[in-house]
Amino acid sequence: MFAPLSRYPLAAAVLAASIAGALAEDKVVNVYNWSDYVDEEVLAAFTAETGIEVVYDVYDNNEIVETKLLAGGSGYDVVVPSAPNVARLIQAGALQKLDKSKIPNLVHAWEAITARLSGYDPGNEYAVDYMWGTTGFGYNVAKIAERMPDAPVDSWAMIFDPEVVSKFADCGVYLLDTPEELIPAALNYLHLNPDSKETAEIEEAAKLLKTIRPYIEKFDSSEYINALANGDICLAVGYSGDVLQAADRAAEAGAGVEIQYVIPTEGAAMWFDSFIIPSDAPHPDAAHAFIDFMMRPESAAANSNYVYYANGNLESQSLLYEDVIGDPAIYPGQQTIDVLYTTTSHPPRVQRIVTRAWTNVKSGS
Amino acid sequence: MSATDRSAPPTPGNRPNPARWLVVAVPYLWLFLLFLVPFVIVIKISLSLTAIAQPPYTPVFDLAGGIGGLIDGISEFTVENYLWLTEDALYARAYLSSLTIALVSTALVLLVGYPIAYGMARAPKGLQPTLLMLIILPFWTSFLIRVYAWIGILKKEGLLNQLLLWIGVISEPLTILNTNTAVYIGIVYSYLPFMVLPLYAALERMDRTLLEAAADLGCPPIRAFWKITFPLSLPGVIAGCFLVFIPVTGEFVIPDLLGGSDTLMIGKTLWAEFFANRDWPLASAVAVVLLVILVVPIVLFQNHEMKRAEREA
Repeated sequence: MFAPLSRYPLAAAVLAASIAGALAEDKVVNVYNWSDYVDEEVLAAFTAETGIEVVYDVYDNNEIVETKLLAGGSGYDVVVPSAPNVARLIQAGALQKLDKSKIPNLVHAWEAITARLSGYDPGNEYAVDYMWGTTGFGYNVAKIAERMPDAPVDSWAMIFDPEVVSKFADCGVYLLDTPEELIPAALNYLHLNPDSKETAEIEEAAKLLKTIRPYIEKFDSSEYINALANGDICLAVGYSGDVLQAADRAAEAGAGVEIQYVIPTEGAAMWFDSFIIPSDAPHPDAAHAFIDFMMRPESAAANSNYVYYANGNLESQSLLYEDVIGDPAIYPGQQTIDVLYTTTSHPPRVQRIVTRAWTNVKSGS
Repeated sequence: MSATDRSAPPTPGNRPNPARWLVVAVPYLWLFLLFLVPFVIVIKISLSLTAIAQPPYTPVFDLAGGIGGLIDGISEFTVENYLWLTEDALYARAYLSSLTIALVSTALVLLVGYPIAYGMARAPKGLQPTLLMLIILPFWTSFLIRVYAWIGILKKEGLLNQLLLWIGVISEPLTILNTNTAVYIGIVYSYLPFMVLPLYAALERMDRTLLEAAADLGCPPIRAFWKITFPLSLPGVIAGCFLVFIPVTGEFVIPDLLGGSDTLMIGKTLWAEFFANRDWPLASAVAVVLLVILVVPIVLFQNHEMKRAEREA
């Protein structure tokens, strides 16, 4: 319920930065990660073993992270942005190359993930994958069945076909509030290149989104977890782990809400959140030690078992709970992986068109 | 700004006095350092081009480059960002919608705030400090938390809907959260003290014998209110309206938390340009235009205040 508060973390950042300055000589690592994205026992184990204190700060929004890192002097040592942001940060010179000799546990990295990540970080010089997942949708099984018994629940038609989605408008449909996810999904549904940089194609995707706009209650990137879990809404485009978390919370609450996550058969976006070290990180050595610790198979497995996301650590897979490694929504089979697409960051001119199109979609004009 | 200007009224006929100059210089220095310098930087960024760099725009002035570098940088300035604002109706709609929301909210705050201030001013003298305290008390809690609390009240299964369902006024929960109605409720709640305080100040110092005289001469109370009380409270009304209207136009937190995705306000547009788009130059241009739009009411307010000061002097 308090997630959106973290959208205003400027005060926290200023505080963290000033603490970072004061403790520059001490054994500290300032970590900036997504909210609800780590098993805190892993952090405690790191401090117990190395004596390095972890100052842990969270966000729920890629944009704020990137803006802070681009402004410089953030005071953070390890940050976990998504891949397109990493690509831009590398280009802007905001990151430092990793000293791989200080991260021996990199040998456990999963080649299949590293290879895809190299599309954003050529040669894998700056980023180490922490978690990865897909962007699909979650739905309330009972409420959807009640409104449309033959609903195409494994297809993007649930979202992008006005005939279908209009049936669910009364029980609440949320979309992620980011054009970086919805425009590619719409392009993919239209059988266009999801990574298109063509103005005409982007505008076509926006046109599709406008046709379903009347049935969308809210564009939001964090509240949908609770909204799905409480049964307040019946359909939401969201990140795999978030929807699975909602499903988990709904099951625990025992109020009869069942949430299902879907990677649609048309394909879905595959995304990566990776560890990076800002170029002006005050404690680069501690940062390398932290990343190395997180790349231990035991740490990676503990985190995945806790947050229900797939990690980029191959060795950790034997240590995962069965309901994590065995769940195709978390670790999809090869057939599904083949239809997952990745997107790259847009040049500034295209980015403006994307954002403007998105604002127009949202404001419903 | 008006407050600092008013604190240094012109004093014709006085000899220049170094101490006086020092006192006058403090607000100007404050404004120079904390308003003018940042604003010039914003204007400068608004004339730059966005780039994938740190910081994300170009040109960046390097003091080491000396005057030559400065001139090179200035020659790269462009008005492209301002042209972009005119290319799509989106920005014009966002400004207009912000102004509309600000205007309607100001009217609502006045409607709610006037009776409160009136009641306070007419309350027994001993009770007034307590009432004043009650108006100021909410400021002791974080603004963000208070706006957040409204989510709990207004949402579908929130307190308000539960209450209305229980009383039997409605049979289906109302959708209030994520609509403009919720934005208006949030604004009226948050900005009420800014209206009540100047109104109370104006009403409280009113000479009540005027009303007694009106009654003695046979004027009915309602007529006396419109003929005497309201005109005398007008300075408070105007001050309150400006104190509400100007910040509401640029409001971001309330529409972001309580508004729907179709609540178009310039604060949200600016956020999207700055964060989602990483387009600092365009965001700066949006901010400069917003300031220019707001300067008009600010200047009107200043003129009004100065005329009033002259009249009273």
